[in-house]
Amino acid sequence: MRAPDTILPLTAEGLGFARNGVDILCDVFLTIEPGAPTLIIGPNGAGKSVLLRLLHGLLDPTAGRIVYAPAPEPRRRQAMVFQRPVLLRRSVLGNALYPLALAGVPRGERDARARAALALVGLEALAGRPARRLSGGEQQRLALARAAALNPDVLFLDEPCASLDPAATRAVEQIVTALAARGTKIVMTTHDLGQARRLAGDVVFLHRGRLLEQTPAEVFFTEPETPEAAAFLQGQLVW
Amino acid sequence: MNDLGSALTTAASMVTTADPAVVQVVLLSLRVSLTAVAIAALVGLPLGALLAVAQFPGRRVMIVALNALMGLPPVVCGLLVYLLLSRSGPLGPLGLLFTPTAMVIAQAVLIAPILAALARQLLEGMWEEYSEQLRSFGAGPWRAVPTLLWDGRYALLTVLLAGFGRASAEVGAVMIVGGNIDGFTRVMTTAIALETSKGDLPLALALGMVLMAIVLTVNAAAQVLRDSSARWAG
Repeated sequence: MRAPDTILPLTAEGLGFARNGVDILCDVFLTIEPGAPTLIIGPNGAGKSVLLRLLHGLLDPTAGRIVYAPAPEPRRRQAMVFQRPVLLRRSVLGNALYPLALAGVPRGERDARARAALALVGLEALAGRPARRLSGGEQQRLALARAAALNPDVLFLDEPCASLDPAATRAVEQIVTALAARGTKIVMTTHDLGQARRLAGDVVFLHRGRLLEQTPAEVFFTEPETPEAAAFLQGQLVW
Repeated sequence: MNDLGSALTTAASMVTTADPAVVQVVLLSLRVSLTAVAIAALVGLPLGALLAVAQFPGRRVMIVALNALMGLPPVVCGLLVYLLLSRSGPLGPLGLLFTPTAMVIAQAVLIAPILAALARQLLEGMWEEYSEQLRSFGAGPWRAVPTLLWDGRYALLTVLLAGFGRASAEVGAVMIVGGNIDGFTRVMTTAIALETSKGDLPLALALGMVLMAIVLTVNAAAQVLRDSSARWAG
């Protein structure tokens, strides 16, 4: 959509992260290409959230580096939604306006962009309500709207449905699909294999801090290359 | 008990007749303390917010110092401001000693550390919650200060009340730098001290009751505001 003007492809070159001398991630090479969502999956403690934070720049890698395609201000061309949304003590609309103000969007454009983002997630009717009074699902949708308003090249989602009920999860998945269709690259962690199947274009499989596979989704779910991935899929299926 | 009874009647007649001398003392008290709170808030709240979010060398020392200054005795504060403003002091040429302005300065100096220390505690918790999200939005500590002050505005009202309570209740600082001049720098607390030393206990008590009533009213109003708005903000 805006092919020449994007931070994608984004590559991690030998990315590593250690905390207190313990390796959490080790030697990760991966490329995030424009297109369908990339799902990062793996057992608990595999380093999924840390990888997402490294890619987004919230953590500094202790080894390796992240390379963006040359585009101005790469930090402003990405956004992240966390497992538990942190909403400001303001109205729904105020929450959507805040990151736009920080990003330096001209005052006159902010309102329209914020409202469009709220409409995208179906919260436009609640624009005047206090954000922290929303239900869990509505809060997560607002967090998505807030990120979407920024019109990022890449949107990182860290287990966005982990604490949501099935209906709210479905709503979030619909929004994610809509954003992906609009040209936003989604990079998302999940522990829900069904969700990964529904959304993934390609899959990054992490295990004990190492990247074992980055394969197209249809390949990963039918014939995983590594025994660890096969076991992970088996274990989850039996469950 | 007799004193208490006559104090009540005196207080009641003071309020009902609106004795001009008493009204003047009450208004000056309010003016001095509210102005002092406003000035101290302008300095103390941003300082507290900055201490909550920023990491810099000497931060811990500053926090300890602020916490210690919360216990600064008003007379000591008054004495320091007195030395600054006295004829031979560095700010002597301004001729501020024994004016209401001097009293505002003394009370502002007294409560600014209180506001900063309490705001720091309050906003540190909020920053813990906000920091990752704000960094994701590209906001550093400097940009976070106004955000935290705005989002914490209802909770900070309690901090302002603590400052106002301290300012309106203290007598040592305003006595030293104001001089308790009748009709010019006499406020409720210095009037109470004077009437007590003159032996007019009912009058002193009555003034004390009026002071309590004012402080109570201000706190109740702030509480109502805080409750309604905090319920809104969640």
